[in-house]
Amino acid sequence: MSTIESNDTNLPIYTAKDFTTDQDVRWCPGCGDYAVLSAVRKALPDIGRKKEDFVFVSGIGCAARFPYYMDTYGMHSIHGRGLAIATGVKCANPKLEVCMVSGDGDLLSIGGNHTIHTLRRNVDITILLLNNKIYGLTKGQYSPTSETGKISPTSPAGSIDYPINPIALTVATGCTFIARSIDVDMKGMDIILKRAMAHRGTSFVEVYQDCNIFNHKAWFYASQKDTMPENTIKVEHGKPLVFGANRDKGIRFNCGHPEVVSLEDGKYNESDLIIHDETDRLLVTLYAQMAYPDFPEPIGILHADPTKPTYNDLLYQQLEEAQGIGGQPDLQALIAGNESWEVG
Amino acid sequence: MSTDQATETPDSIPETTLDSVVIRFCGDSGDGMQLTGGQFTETSALFGNDFATFPDFPAEIRAPKGTTFGVSGFQVHFSSESIYTPGDRVNAMVAMNPAGLKVNIQDVEPGGIIIVNEDEFTKGNLAKCGYIDGYNPLDDEEINNKYHLVRVPMSRLTKESLADSGMGAKDINRCRNMFALGIVYWLYERPLEQTKAYLTKKFGENKGLPEVAKINIRALEAGYYFGETAEVFPSRYRVPPAKLAKGTYRQISGNEATVLGLVTASQKANKPILYASYPITPASSVIHGLAHLKRFGIKTIQSEDEIAAVCTAIGASFAGDIGVTGTSGPGLALKGEAMGLALMLELPLVVVNVQRAGPATGLPTKTEQADLLQAMYGRHCESPVIVVAPRSPSDCFDMAIEAVRLAVKYMCPVIYLSDGYIANGAEPWKVPSVDAIPEIHITHPTQNDIPEGSFKPYTRDPETLSRPWAIPGTEGLEHRLGSLEKEAETGNVSYDPDNHDLMVRLRAQKVANAADSIPLLEVNGDPSGDVLVLGWGGTYGSITTAVEQVRAKGHSVSSAHLQYLNPFPSNTEEVLRSFKKIVIPEINLGQLSMLIRSKFLIDTIGINIVKGQPFRVDTLVERITEVCEQ
Repeated sequence: MSTIESNDTNLPIYTAKDFTTDQDVRWCPGCGDYAVLSAVRKALPDIGRKKEDFVFVSGIGCAARFPYYMDTYGMHSIHGRGLAIATGVKCANPKLEVCMVSGDGDLLSIGGNHTIHTLRRNVDITILLLNNKIYGLTKGQYSPTSETGKISPTSPAGSIDYPINPIALTVATGCTFIARSIDVDMKGMDIILKRAMAHRGTSFVEVYQDCNIFNHKAWFYASQKDTMPENTIKVEHGKPLVFGANRDKGIRFNCGHPEVVSLEDGKYNESDLIIHDETDRLLVTLYAQMAYPDFPEPIGILHADPTKPTYNDLLYQQLEEAQGIGGQPDLQALIAGNESWEVG
Repeated sequence: MSTDQATETPDSIPETTLDSVVIRFCGDSGDGMQLTGGQFTETSALFGNDFATFPDFPAEIRAPKGTTFGVSGFQVHFSSESIYTPGDRVNAMVAMNPAGLKVNIQDVEPGGIIIVNEDEFTKGNLAKCGYIDGYNPLDDEEINNKYHLVRVPMSRLTKESLADSGMGAKDINRCRNMFALGIVYWLYERPLEQTKAYLTKKFGENKGLPEVAKINIRALEAGYYFGETAEVFPSRYRVPPAKLAKGTYRQISGNEATVLGLVTASQKANKPILYASYPITPASSVIHGLAHLKRFGIKTIQSEDEIAAVCTAIGASFAGDIGVTGTSGPGLALKGEAMGLALMLELPLVVVNVQRAGPATGLPTKTEQADLLQAMYGRHCESPVIVVAPRSPSDCFDMAIEAVRLAVKYMCPVIYLSDGYIANGAEPWKVPSVDAIPEIHITHPTQNDIPEGSFKPYTRDPETLSRPWAIPGTEGLEHRLGSLEKEAETGNVSYDPDNHDLMVRLRAQKVANAADSIPLLEVNGDPSGDVLVLGWGGTYGSITTAVEQVRAKGHSVSSAHLQYLNPFPSNTEEVLRSFKKIVIPEINLGQLSMLIRSKFLIDTIGINIVKGQPFRVDTLVERITEVCEQ
């Protein structure tokens, strides 16, 4: 690790190794979490932050072991509460780069309330949802993202729960950075992670992650060499919605509704298609409802709005405004109050 | 009410000097009784009396008008002597409606003054509070014989006195409480200036309604002149100023004192407090107060729920602020798991619990002391925390500072058990000099303190057993905390059986060690004797007053009051063993008794009354006397 001058700070040059702890990683061999860990370790040297300024927070679950493997500051907490803790970390010291790594059970079930309100407040935290559509650490029960009918130890006759749509939830909360990735797509994940951490405001990144023990192949419709081009669509800002192994299909609006069209039969070309605009809230509302098998599922940075002030910025703005009024606060005067009287 | 002397004034209204008086204002929850009582208190404070107040109101903001469950009351005890309680027996009561009279009349002493707004004693209003058709308590011979009943047509007189004001009937009608206050000011020879200034500021300056201020002041004066001219009272009463020690005084409620204590602790520790809380009665006024103190660097967060609040406080402590959360009993239950996390992480955390009557939603606006065992044991597994309890409104200031001091010194959660009674009750407080309050020393290790590569987050200070508080942003001390069991010293995840046993004991010993830095238990009265009355928390005033009265009867009885419940002061057993009998009054079914018996194998005699009300001194005197005479 050497040191170079970067702007006005001495930012060391890091490699992924600098973010790796001496602790043995204890996920099952073949788990999709390894890919995410690797992607994060690789991305951090390029974030432009000092190592000691990163804080990884998690709740409980397989994904929640993440902080133990990152040689940064970190906290593995209790089930569902990671975001409430991360909010406290960020509000105590907004200079820290706070990242919360969690699973579908932790973020959408037991911690669902904190997810809603953290996103609503736009606290400057990056959230990685490692969505494997199953409870791994508790041995295979269905999760809030499992499909209806899922056979599991708690649903031997099939789950009668309807799954939640994480992207639709983030849209409802007014989240300012919404992205989706797939554990096997290291390149795509790298781009998203860097943008997510650079974003001021809550960044929500859903990662389709394979649990090869309890829910193997749950995402194969979207993650395999042959399925990914047909069943997902990589959105890029300013570019038309084109997909397919041969880039032969696209999405256009037909009377206000999205429609999959062929680009091969000569009827439509790229100029007829929807152009991705990551600042457009209406488009991400649409993306949230585009689901396999009716539509390819959008992957990439679905929405990014850097204009909304963050909760921590507003908190500190109010503090600074209050501290700017009347100079040094007088504790003795505060304690005496406005209605004191003298005896003797 | 004791009478010292009666003198005739030139205008032939006798004047009587009294040591102390208890007044209760009561009426509908929309009648402004809290404001009225608060003003009488403020005026009496400036006059120089010692005082203690007891606001008592329903949970409903505006319960159906005229009903008994919508009655709001404010009791104030003011005196020329030192007093500790708002008083048992009401000497004079103002009842703004029949429901107020019905609910409160049994607390008025025989011969006491009852001033009623007779205009409100209509057939409809009498029916609303459940009187049988045709009955009017104002015409009840028994009531008229037992009390000095003064019927004043307050609504009509207020209306008539403001008829030329040009204001609407609604605004005028709202001035009735000031008319009533004016009568009471005349009766007790109180000056009007303070309240006039208050009204001018509240309505005139703050709300931009100078006309409203004006009619309220006129109603206040009209009430005062009514007292002077109507000749309906047998005497005027004078309660001379108390002989308080020299100094600057202010009126303070428990929650106000908690706010000031936390801010002072923050300043003395040179560290921001982050207070995260979810609104809950009777704790909400703590976050209300702190939210106005941003200029002192106080951060407040209204969290989405109780669990988020405690977790946000924990996150703040991890990052180097002092994390504080506040709640009442139901919220404390929700915070249990996270408090376990904080003690596992060994981070400072203060949990303010303003106890209320329960369980479940219970009686949200009424007081109780029944969260002691929850504070001690309301978490899974071996999870001891420090527990402190302020004993009076002003003591909340000192104990809030103590809670912060202990949390950062021992790197663990501290539960601060206030209660609804002292939180809302007020008393005069001799304002301390902030310079005389000790600093709170906090150190965060840096890389310079640690040879490179060897920082171990769970090494311990040999004296306190606290671990170092290394905070994110500090180069070279990167480490992970977690809820899984920690390996001693390194803090790495460990499933080793012996290590778990060691860590369980270390965490317990660390809390026990706090006994080294808390004051000894003091005895009020002889240090040994027949009976020790042991209390904790908000019952200090009632117990101290009662024990002094029983002792004055010639009994060998002393009192002691625990402000530290876990650990107990180190001389607690010695104090207890110096008496033949230990009496423990508590507003629960014997929780401190259980702790004392189990810890010291000393038997106790409980006085346990759980009515959502503070103890009455006369009840305690009776019960303690019984024990003394057995």
